[in-house]
Amino acid sequence: MKLSPRIVPYLQVAPLTAVLLVFLGIPLAVVVAVSFFDYDDFAVRPAFILRNYLELFGSSLTYTLYLKTLTYAAVVWALTLAIGFTVAYFLAFHVRTFLWQMALFLLCTVPFWTSNVIRMISWIPFLGLNGIFNQTLITLGVVDKPLEFLLFSDVAVVIAYVHLFTLFMIVPIFNSMARIDRAIIEAAVDAGANAWQVIREVVLPLSKSGIALGSIFVVTLVMGDFFVVKIMSGGQSASVVLAMSNEIALLQYPPAAASAVVLMVMVMLMVAAILRLVDVRKELSG
Amino acid sequence: MADRTPGQNQPRITRRGFFQKALATASVAAGAELLTGFPLVWAQRLKDITLLQVGGSYSAIIDIARQATKDLGFKIEMQNAVTDALVNRVATQPKSLDIADIEYWMMGKLLPRQVLQGIDLQRFKYWGKVVPIFTKGEYPDGRKVSQQGVSPYEVQYLEKPNSTALAKGPTRWATLIPTLYNADTLGIRPDLVNRPIAHWHELFHPEFKGRAAILDVPSIGIMDAAMAIESRGDITYGDKGNMTQEEIDKTIKILIDLKKAGHFRAFWTTFDESVNLMTSGEVVIQSMWSPAVTAVRARGIPCYYTPLQEGYRAWAVGLGLMAHLSGLKLDAAYEYLNWYQSGWQGGFIAKQGYYSSVPETVKQFLTPEEWNYWYEGKPAQSEIKDPYGNHMENAGHVRDGGSLWERMGKVACWNTVMDENRHMVRKWNEFVAA
Repeated sequence: MKLSPRIVPYLQVAPLTAVLLVFLGIPLAVVVAVSFFDYDDFAVRPAFILRNYLELFGSSLTYTLYLKTLTYAAVVWALTLAIGFTVAYFLAFHVRTFLWQMALFLLCTVPFWTSNVIRMISWIPFLGLNGIFNQTLITLGVVDKPLEFLLFSDVAVVIAYVHLFTLFMIVPIFNSMARIDRAIIEAAVDAGANAWQVIREVVLPLSKSGIALGSIFVVTLVMGDFFVVKIMSGGQSASVVLAMSNEIALLQYPPAAASAVVLMVMVMLMVAAILRLVDVRKELSG
Repeated sequence: MADRTPGQNQPRITRRGFFQKALATASVAAGAELLTGFPLVWAQRLKDITLLQVGGSYSAIIDIARQATKDLGFKIEMQNAVTDALVNRVATQPKSLDIADIEYWMMGKLLPRQVLQGIDLQRFKYWGKVVPIFTKGEYPDGRKVSQQGVSPYEVQYLEKPNSTALAKGPTRWATLIPTLYNADTLGIRPDLVNRPIAHWHELFHPEFKGRAAILDVPSIGIMDAAMAIESRGDITYGDKGNMTQEEIDKTIKILIDLKKAGHFRAFWTTFDESVNLMTSGEVVIQSMWSPAVTAVRARGIPCYYTPLQEGYRAWAVGLGLMAHLSGLKLDAAYEYLNWYQSGWQGGFIAKQGYYSSVPETVKQFLTPEEWNYWYEGKPAQSEIKDPYGNHMENAGHVRDGGSLWERMGKVACWNTVMDENRHMVRKWNEFVAA
């Protein structure tokens, strides 16, 4: 039997479509539906009410939380971009042999051979009041009493995020840079560009797709996190998802669902904005 | 199999017959422990039964399941869940477990959902020996137990086996069989605090700025905060365990001010976090759980679970039967409840610092030295070991807070879920985000 050529592509995408529909589409639809439900301490009742959204938008807490989470996202994005770009640039242009490039690249991934949780928690004895860093500073005479802001603070949260997520910047940027034709850079140098101009006028524009992809990873990871915030701030700082998890803990599913829908829309808008700035598909295929 | 609704609609004659036979055989096999008396057929069928108990890590301990499986002849399995996950699971996936190992305050959330069935106390042989905190809401000396928060007695009895209505006084039907309980207070690092701590308000003392912590489980954390606030004289609560909106707002305001002034070093949610905060010296005074204090001490670091004049914040855990249990499985569940309170489990958890609701049966599973140390508050005659045989305390050490009734006799309030819970959680989130 020969299949009609028109059906073949549909059959090819069918498995993925089915998986996405069952494991993403339906759960999302349920979350959206539940966000309009009514509830009390004892039960969640199917309904169509806007109360969950009205309460969400009516509460100053929501705005505080979004401001906080967006600030984290912005700071972490800037730092991971700076570090990620630098590391990728070094790997792509300063390491001459392919073998060394790969070796160093693998080295970047070494910390990722353990779990996220362990990598994050290992900062605690390092940054604590009696931690290695404070002890060193005191021994060196830089400070006379331990610095408190290093742990259980926003600083600690940002340090952990940057440590956890920088690789997600390095990989796509390195990938983009590796595909830059060296002849273009030679041409730029021949045309009189200095090193800085080469980076700004040639490397940066040609790494845009990598930067965009890395940014999507980092921003969505920070926006969706609650665990790092909770542990590294010593529970003293909150994020959008942390508040959501508190609601779930108390069986308040509908407001948590409403909060999830709003967060999802936010993140989708942010990703859309990034993709609007950079046409990732065009860059990747080009 | 006939269509059965959960609970009491099973063929009674069969079961009664079964128990008569069981009793008869048991009396023949006098002297043998526990469940030796099953008629052969029942014993055969019971073998295939598995009961899944889900509870907190402090209660649903695998060693207890192993011992029960050995003693009972059918299988007991245990799974752990942290507080929130536990309530969620019992409430929303009631068929995924058989025995709910839960805290009393959770009843307020679970009862209206009808996920549990009433426990027939006539089938539980130790009810007469359960400490009166649970059975009568009293201490053995007749004093009434504090009703602030969700006191176990308030949610102990049901009007009817499958009703959602709680009974005012004792009935034949129980919501839970109480298993373990304790009284919580503040933990301190005596080497870093350097003076006696006798009141809850010390938690907010400026001296401990940046060195204090409370726990970030809203329904428990707010109670510790309320104990401290009331002790400082800022607010006198009608009922700390069931605050009005206004009381909640005032409480959170005080907490936010303290937080903004940098008073708290951290908020913790898990046992391990509290141990680490104390061990590392990040924190010198904080709300703590008894085994966490022991865990700090086991690392050779001084830590004291200091008795306070205002009293303790207490909690209690019990076993509940899920509504879907019926027939043979329900019979097995009752046998398990009876086994649970026959002493082995109580002896095990005593060595973790928890009390059993039937102390009488525990005695035979502890050495006299252990009994005197854990229950009587007397100095340890010899080295005190944990349930796994590891060193805990040296001879001569006295348990913080003294004997069972010295500690439990000073309960000021119980872990709770408030009527204004929704408001409280929102305010608590504001506090954490502040």
